[in-house]
Amino acid sequence: MAQPAQLLSLRGLTRRFGGLTAVDAIDLDLAAGELVSIIGPNGAGKTTLFNLVTGLDRPDAGEVHLDGHPITGLSPEKLAGKAVARTFQLGRVFGNLSVMDNVLIGAHARLSAVKPDVPLIGPLLELGLALLRPASVTSEEEQLREEVRAILARFGDRLLPRIDQPAYSLSYANRRRVEIARALALKPRLLLLDEPTAGMNPSETEEMQALVAELKAEGLTILLIEHKLDMVMRLSDRIVVMDEGRKIAEGAGEEVRNDPKVIEAYLGHGLSRASADQREPAT
Amino acid sequence: MSSWLDYTINGLIVGNLYALVAVGLALIFGVSRLINFAQGSIYVVGAYIGWVAVVQLRTPLAVTIVLVTVASALVGLIIERFGLRPLQNSARIAPLLATIGISFVLDQIVMLIFSPNPRALPSQLPDIRFQVGGGTIGLLDLLIAGVGISSALLLFVFLRFSKLGWAVRAAAQDRDAAMQMGVDVNRVNQVVFAIAAALGGLSGTLVGMYYNQIDTAMSLQATLKGVVAEVVGGAGNVPGAVAGGLLLGLVESYGVALFGTSYRNLFAFLLLIGVLVLRPNGLFASARQLPPEPLTGTFVAPSRPVRLPLWALLMAFAVFVLLPLFPVSSYVLQTLTNAWLFGMLALSLTLVAGTVGQVSLGHAALLAIGAYTSALLSVNLAFPVSVAIICGGLMSAALGTLLISPSFRLRGHYVSIATLAIGEIVSLVILNWEPVTRGPIGISGIPPLSLFGYDLIGAASIYWFCFVVMVLLALVQVRLLGSHIGRSFRAIRDDDVAARAYGLSLNRYKALAFIFGGFAAGVSGGIAAHLYSYINHETFNTQQSILALTIVILGGLGNVLGAIVGSVALVGLPEVFRIAAEYRILIYGIVLLLLVRFRPQGLLGTI
Repeated sequence: MAQPAQLLSLRGLTRRFGGLTAVDAIDLDLAAGELVSIIGPNGAGKTTLFNLVTGLDRPDAGEVHLDGHPITGLSPEKLAGKAVARTFQLGRVFGNLSVMDNVLIGAHARLSAVKPDVPLIGPLLELGLALLRPASVTSEEEQLREEVRAILARFGDRLLPRIDQPAYSLSYANRRRVEIARALALKPRLLLLDEPTAGMNPSETEEMQALVAELKAEGLTILLIEHKLDMVMRLSDRIVVMDEGRKIAEGAGEEVRNDPKVIEAYLGHGLSRASADQREPAT
Repeated sequence: MSSWLDYTINGLIVGNLYALVAVGLALIFGVSRLINFAQGSIYVVGAYIGWVAVVQLRTPLAVTIVLVTVASALVGLIIERFGLRPLQNSARIAPLLATIGISFVLDQIVMLIFSPNPRALPSQLPDIRFQVGGGTIGLLDLLIAGVGISSALLLFVFLRFSKLGWAVRAAAQDRDAAMQMGVDVNRVNQVVFAIAAALGGLSGTLVGMYYNQIDTAMSLQATLKGVVAEVVGGAGNVPGAVAGGLLLGLVESYGVALFGTSYRNLFAFLLLIGVLVLRPNGLFASARQLPPEPLTGTFVAPSRPVRLPLWALLMAFAVFVLLPLFPVSSYVLQTLTNAWLFGMLALSLTLVAGTVGQVSLGHAALLAIGAYTSALLSVNLAFPVSVAIICGGLMSAALGTLLISPSFRLRGHYVSIATLAIGEIVSLVILNWEPVTRGPIGISGIPPLSLFGYDLIGAASIYWFCFVVMVLLALVQVRLLGSHIGRSFRAIRDDDVAARAYGLSLNRYKALAFIFGGFAAGVSGGIAAHLYSYINHETFNTQQSILALTIVILGGLGNVLGAIVGSVALVGLPEVFRIAAEYRILIYGIVLLLLVRFRPQGLLGTI
């Protein structure tokens, strides 16, 4: 089914809540290095789709493949182990943890020296290693801390001076940055960003856009949910439009922008004709 | 055959009473996503108001019922207004702790006014029994059934047809949306608490009449039974709570018929644990729903820990080490020894409740497991005491973690319910497993503390032993908190969904916390067993669990030093001021309430 060239592929992914079909038979392919944006009105099912891909919710039907391997319904913990990282729409940082610790949690799935892969007594060995801390453990931790500082440096002086402050004391925009830094600490193969610029002012949005462009240039595969269409148009290789759980359009920026179905979804049913009429003289 | 009918009738009648409590819990949960741990206390208050009415005022039945209903509703209103409304914008842990505190304050006030001795609450109905098929049914049974059915009907009519009822249902479905549409949520809360308290209080009086006995120990049982019924029916589901109550009544009644009365509670708790594990949304929940979403707020109040300078810590350490060398009375040393034992328990609880956010209400069970293991090993198998104590710690770690593991997938209030129930199960097993635990007789002749063959008998040597053990446990815990595991624990507490998304297995880290914390608590219990030389199933009780929780909140959640400071303050100070034992729980409850309201981060801050 899934071609190996695709890093992520969704087939017929469906999730129903009672009578409501939040995600309705979505197909989607994402090649390595691609940046695909998902747009659509509020309640279109975008975040639910993210939850299905990252294992926080289980689909009622359909399949998810990562690199050709089925990952449908895998737990979020397992997916983190497969280097899938995500950010959350409402900014879920660990409030009482420092910026440093928040981002270190991002690297948790990569910790090796403290996670002996022995069944049953693995946790006890982990406990022992955490208490005794042989050189391998401390050097790994130190190296991760260096790495975290390097990641934080990507945000200029937004986060570095606040590295030891608890996350709850940060501004909203900074919390969103911490979330992205945490995701990067996982060294993800696939990054899912859920409205990374929500609540940011234009200059902060600009900064975020530059960062995402940088990540893309470095070859990271990104699935992006975003409402700011300018940013979406500039960054995306492809755009997927969702409405009421269904994919109503997919394609390059301009194609999607002029698709009447998309205009209808955004402007509401019945208004689309009027808006299309208005557009005509302008073009 | 006839007896089965009797058991069925009995089950349905008792189930009706559980349903009255559960409906109140369901209403409150629906509107405020809060499990009201004080529901059982209102039930006790109702029972005693009923006693005053029947025995002292000699009111006729109808007046008794009205009096109990109105007075209980007033208690509910007071709880809502002064206990919970000020906490509306606090961290999610605050209302949970507040209802626990309110419950202890109410119970103690009732106990101080009426004494803890059971009282007879005579039924005001003539004892006439009718033959129904092969069984019999009394007038009181009919009254209880009537009250149950009519309150369910009244509630249904209220919720369905009155404007306020609509507001209650709207607030239950979506609190924020209801608020924006102009629903006065405070008023809804008031109404819900008044109704819940009225039903709870009425249930208390009827239960008293049914068994012709009331006492203050009913409170915890009623909360537990009500919560079981509510959870079985699906939290927040009012008709489900009625069904859950009836089901619980039947299960208990048939269980008693098959196995005997001493197993009554065991069935209730096993039913609870089964439902929590297999169908956490209740038996009647529809298809899978979205997981209840904690938004961006964290579980514990945000704060920065107070950092004490190292020299101050070393000074304090030196003072406590040298203390026995000065002419202090052995009474002071014994009090502090007790504080060190509670300090170990608090270290354990501050890790579990504070660092990982699993507010355990059954922590005394870990003491009991450690104490029984150590006592039995040294008495039956002549283990050296120090080895036996370590084995007690290991057994608490292993068994405690195993028992609690079904509830690892639960969060928030459910963890507290599950741990409360597991605590009760442990004490019931100790009571009933006579071949091993010697049942109600307890274990006597436990050898005194000894180290490398030397008995520790003097107050000073016992003091040193306990102090050193506690300090060692504290240091190891500090080291753990500084590792990646400590970081992971705190991340799980702050946001378990985000933690999972970054590869933290909740089972693994919750288990590690209970293993580590279980060891400290087990060691504390083991030492206590050898100090007391006699233990039974009541030596370690809910009172200690609540004291430990208050210590932990006072010191600061997750704060190792805070746990020790809290122990000295709450165990030591009441001794210093010679406060009578019956007032202590009241004081702990009030301290807990004041802390939650005015200093939720505790003395030394959350870590």
